Amino acid sequence: MASYDTAKIDAILAKNEYAEANLLAILQDIQAAEGYLPRPALEHVAKSLGISIARIYSMATFYKAFSLKPRGKHICTVCMGTACHVRGAGRILDKIEENLKIKAGETTKDLLFTVERVNCVGACAMGPVVIMDGETIGNATANKINKVINDIKADSKKS
Amino acid sequence: MERIKSIKQLQDLEATLAAARKSDRPVVTVCGGIGCTANGCQKLVAEFKKLISEKNLGDKVELLVTGCLGFCEMGPVVVVYPQKTFYKKVQVADAADILDSAISGKAVERLLYTDAEGKKIEKEDDIPFYKNQKRELTGILGVIDPESIESYLAAGGYQALAKVLSGMKPEDVINDIIKSGLRGRGGGGFPTGKKWESCRKAADKLGASKRYVICNADEGDPGAFMDEAVLQGNPHTVIEGMLIGAFAIGSDEGIVYVRNEYPLAIKSLSAALAQAREAGLLGKNILGTDFSFDIRINRGGGAFVCGESSALIASIEGFVGEPRAKHIHMAESGLNDKPTVLNNVETWANVPLIIKNGVAAFTAIGTGDVTENPWNGSKGTKIFSLAGKVNNTGLVEVPMGATLRDIIFGVGGGIKNGKKFKAVQTGGPSGGCIPEKYLDMPVDFDELSKVGSMMGSGGMVVLDEDSCMVDFAKYFVEFLCEESCGKCTTCREGLARLKEILTRITEGKGRADDLELIEAVCETLSQGSLCALGGSAANPVLSTLRHFREEYEAHIFQKKCPGKVCKKLIKFSINDNCTGCTVCAKNCPQNCISGARKEKHVIDSAKCIKCGVCKEVCKFGAVTVE
Ligand SMILES: Cc1cc2nc3c(=O)[nH]c(=O)nc-3n(C[C@H](O)[C@H](O)[C@H](O)COP(=O)(O)O)c2cc1C
Ligand code: SF4
Ligand code: SF4
Ligand code: SF4
Ligand code: FES
Ligand code: FES
Repeated sequence: MASYDTAKIDAILAKNEYAEANLLAILQDIQAAEGYLPRPALEHVAKSLGISIARIYSMATFYKAFSLKPRGKHICTVCMGTACHVRGAGRILDKIEENLKIKAGETTKDLLFTVERVNCVGACAMGPVVIMDGETIGNATANKINKVINDIKADSKKS
Repeated sequence: MERIKSIKQLQDLEATLAAARKSDRPVVTVCGGIGCTANGCQKLVAEFKKLISEKNLGDKVELLVTGCLGFCEMGPVVVVYPQKTFYKKVQVADAADILDSAISGKAVERLLYTDAEGKKIEKEDDIPFYKNQKRELTGILGVIDPESIESYLAAGGYQALAKVLSGMKPEDVINDIIKSGLRGRGGGGFPTGKKWESCRKAADKLGASKRYVICNADEGDPGAFMDEAVLQGNPHTVIEGMLIGAFAIGSDEGIVYVRNEYPLAIKSLSAALAQAREAGLLGKNILGTDFSFDIRINRGGGAFVCGESSALIASIEGFVGEPRAKHIHMAESGLNDKPTVLNNVETWANVPLIIKNGVAAFTAIGTGDVTENPWNGSKGTKIFSLAGKVNNTGLVEVPMGATLRDIIFGVGGGIKNGKKFKAVQTGGPSGGCIPEKYLDMPVDFDELSKVGSMMGSGGMVVLDEDSCMVDFAKYFVEFLCEESCGKCTTCREGLARLKEILTRITEGKGRADDLELIEAVCETLSQGSLCALGGSAANPVLSTLRHFREEYEAHIFQKKCPGKVCKKLIKFSINDNCTGCTVCAKNCPQNCISGARKEKHVIDSAKCIKCGVCKEVCKFGAVTVE
């Protein structure tokens, strides 16, 4: 792997006072900046804080907010909370998976889309809910979401 | 805002700010809560802003963007004051008409709420959804701007803090909270005042100078959003509650542990903390007294178990959120081994209310008599998030002791699409399903546990006749199986076995002795688990088994799913209602429907994947599911 620029990570560590107690926040900041937790970044954190890489991996694998693999350019998150479940979230996820030919938790080969599941985002009254690149869509239907996905697909082909 | 230097200055501020903010202009209130956001309210807000500036209406109307107004089902919601006219499902194109009518005072007919009889209702307070509630905590969400401390102050905010700091002793505060009978809204229902008292006593005995107060805003119940709504819509009330709690136990540091999936709430709280600091309501020597206290935010990492108290503390300390054995009480040794008080968002939000309005006002609402003992009743109101197959989904606040029927039918307007009620799930993954025969049961901490459910934090998901209770139990078991931290064998393995058994039952491969097996596994699970995740994991299964045993039996013995949900046990076919319109054939993803135009169609069951699309699209009720 090409050398990894650790300046970004140093800034994150500084913001979190190089404190081991802030490890969760540090990893969250890295995930926000990089979209996932790159191995070299985690090695740098381990070295800087003087903790083992295993300690970091235990955190990165325990908390669902983290991904150890690069994620797609567009993130489609389907709410599978109870309220969305009883209003047919499962069927929407099925259709999205069918469209993109990947399963939840996976990323398309062209790195265009990642599909994820979440357990409730607080918009339960509007269930089923899907979050497309940060935009919360209520009363979602498979057609509505797949249209958004297909539009993005078409756009990316053009450029 | 300028630093408030004294208690007196704070007390005077309410009147001056209220007077300054009071205007003769009508106020157009747009809901900016998460539900309406999911319905596109941000575009609506932008449109209002654009129109007001384009038409120079700045001195004729005021725009206010609030937190959740409650009736999310009708979102995006707009309410116009002073008339309190309620507008539902407002689109960008409606903005101009609303502005005109706000100025003229005449309502926009087409956007009014229509009741079940088809009558249009103009005022928010006359709509059954609102009329049947008691909105002690949520009412204020409709009149304050979450991003402005002035608006909270003008509505009487921080006056409870002023009262506490002008002469109350910590013990007086603790006594008031004990006498109020306030019990934890996070699920357990532990008396809040008692918790504070034991922390204060333990810390004093230990001579501990460092003490923590924590707000649990992890809201792990998937399908609940009360804490989100309060934290996003009125962050200062949670801050004020924590300030009072900190004063009572003698703490100078507070932490709010917020669910990572709540970006709006985190944003709102962060801004509120900064404003409170600037106003001198957080930090050193608050209001010129010798009381100092500040709050920071910790974001969760998306793990349900982190809502559990000891796991939450481990998470704040920077570790994986594994629960610890509770030989030592948090009151003595919590965060960083220091005395700690942990309360839920809604619990904290009740504190200023009790202090400000007095104990008597609080105990006037609710069940039981708590004068001798806070365990003897459930006082105050409870906020529920009503969701699922009910007509009026949203944020609902009722007095403790309201019946399930009051909530689901009185406020919720009954079941969607005229279907029949089947059950209501309360308490999330630790709770259970309650059938129709208990609809008239009063809802409080003690009643719900009698029927195998629990109050939980306030999630309430309504199920109709088209739901399968076995499938629903399986849903929770799968959820818990994924969320179990894996420390205890009973929880880790027990949930995996339950999932296996329930899966085979829903696939028509259930065995005659499976129900006894389920009961045995549940027993072990409840007995042998360290934390309440495993300890109460049996509730969703046992409650459905207890109230809907015949449904389990139908799956196992007749290989039928009465709710017609379990794919392996149902079959799609086309009946004589078919007009041969071909719509289903065009939409079937498997291309397994055939038939000539205007002739009865046929489904090839061998290829059918039971996706249900044909039934959804058929306008003639010609698709039968058996
Ligand atoms: C698995 C599990 C998850 C929990 N999740 C939450 C939660 O999301 N929010 C909450 O306030 N309490 C939650 N609790 C309850 C807390 O452990 C704790 O009792 C509560 O926050 C105390 O505050 P209260 O007394 O004000 O209710 C959970 C408990 C368990 C066992
Ligand atoms: S009961 Fe389950 S979640 Fe709780 S500590 Fe044990 S394994 Fe972890
Ligand atoms: S949609 Fe209904 S009516 Fe039309 S062909 Fe299919 S089954 Fe027949
Ligand atoms: S259920 Fe789905 S796959 Fe089966 S016939 Fe209907 S549309 Fe086709
Ligand atoms: S269950 Fe989907 S948003 Fe809450
Ligand atoms: S979010 Fe708008 S009414 Fe609840």
